[in-house]
Amino acid sequence: MTFIQLTDVDLIYGSAGSNPGEGTLAVSSANLSIAHGEFLALVGPSGCGKSTLLKLIAGLVRPNRGSVKVDNEEVIRPLKTVGMAFQNATLLPWRNIRDNVMLPLEIVEPYRSRQKEDRAQNRDRAETLLAKVGLSDFADRMPWQLSGGMQQRAQLCRALIHEPSILLLDEPFAALDTFTREELWDVLQELWAFRKCTIVLVTHELREAVFLAQTVHVMSARPGRIIKSRSVDLPRPCTLASTFQPHFVELVQDLRNHIGPGKQP
Amino acid sequence: MSANSLQRLAPWLTAAVLVAAWWLAVVAFDIKTFVLPTPWEVLKALYTYRYALFINGLATLSTTLLGFVVAVVFGMALGIVVGSSRLAYSALYPLLVGFNSVPKAALVPIFVIWFGTGTVPAVITAFMLSFFPIVANIATAFATIEPELLEVMRSLGASQRDMTVKIGIPRSMPYFFASLKIAVTLAFVGSVIAEIVAGNNGIGNVMLIASSNFNVSLVFAALFVVGIMGVGMYAIFDIFERRMTAWSVRGSATLQQFGG
Repeated sequence: MTFIQLTDVDLIYGSAGSNPGEGTLAVSSANLSIAHGEFLALVGPSGCGKSTLLKLIAGLVRPNRGSVKVDNEEVIRPLKTVGMAFQNATLLPWRNIRDNVMLPLEIVEPYRSRQKEDRAQNRDRAETLLAKVGLSDFADRMPWQLSGGMQQRAQLCRALIHEPSILLLDEPFAALDTFTREELWDVLQELWAFRKCTIVLVTHELREAVFLAQTVHVMSARPGRIIKSRSVDLPRPCTLASTFQPHFVELVQDLRNHIGPGKQP
Repeated sequence: MSANSLQRLAPWLTAAVLVAAWWLAVVAFDIKTFVLPTPWEVLKALYTYRYALFINGLATLSTTLLGFVVAVVFGMALGIVVGSSRLAYSALYPLLVGFNSVPKAALVPIFVIWFGTGTVPAVITAFMLSFFPIVANIATAFATIEPELLEVMRSLGASQRDMTVKIGIPRSMPYFFASLKIAVTLAFVGSVIAEIVAGNNGIGNVMLIASSNFNVSLVFAALFVVGIMGVGMYAIFDIFERRMTAWSVRGSATLQQFGG
């Protein structure tokens, strides 16, 4: 069943409404339908409007044309059932890791109005999540005391604490080294199995997309449109060993061919 | 002597060297007392006029702090507004810069026309000199919040107030305390200037009377009192800053970084 539906979506940046001809067309005629609990990846060259699609789904920007529906309702304001994570961990440096993770509970209802009563419960909730990503011993640390990979783990916990139905990830592992990144693929895969939420992952790393997602959509260079959708029929959960299997490599190669030619020899 | 205790002694040592050089110069060039008194004469003046200096010092201190407190409240509010809204920023910031470039001493006579002589012009001058660094720092802190963080907050449905309370204000604290240290010293400058031009009490007034009597030793003694009060206030806010914004000072010796 379709959960998130984008129909003929155009988005123009820098048009202040008066001159629709001006501004940059960031996304053009995007059609996308995402099922409940699906893990979907968007790949494409940089600046192709991948992040913009995430903002459209989150309701942070409104399309200039077309419609964005979540759960059969038009998205007209920021959704509150969304968790977001970015390349930059954006943890609050004045809070320890546990309090950082608990930030959404101070904002999203119904947690917000029950903060005092549920204090112990919320703490447990944060610590359960932190344990899931291997940060049990770091709840009391300050963000700067953690490495980049650990900060990203904490950020994933913050994105999930209020049990959102949609998790939007904008190149969350792009700034990490390869080994750390592969570790976090496992972490994210586990979190998905644990939470069963719908995940949209924006990445430019094709192996990451194939490793994690059930469906990979390839976007063209600006103005971004979806030029290829491919379902990944790998046995789940994926392991590092499967990334060396011929079928995995073949999937990555097929996607690569759609991104546009690299430098010709 | 360890490097640490040397560092602690350093400000006293430089002060002592400076005083010694001053003294030496006065003696060596045979400078008249009414031009430049020796440190010893200044010290004598401090003692002789201790009562007047104390009373007027207190007056200056309270005037300064009053103007300063108003500047903190006003500066913080204005800084939040200017830093949160791009429209407010472009509407107000150039005006603030222009306003801050006006020599405040030149405004004191106008305040006297409006409010009469005495404490009010001094409070206003102290306020006017000290609010700008606070506005500028708070506005910077608010305007430089990471856009991703704002997106996280907006996607959670956070209101403008949530963002100000949960992100903006805590984030601006290091900037705020840094600006307080500057602002409080400027507030002293403001109140003393106003007292010199139009005061009927305060350290500035003492200086005015003393210099018209060629009592230069007393002028210097009064300057010394202002300097001490400035350093004292600076030190107090320095302690506050360390207490309240420890998170922004990374890598203190007791903490260690984790890999992984």
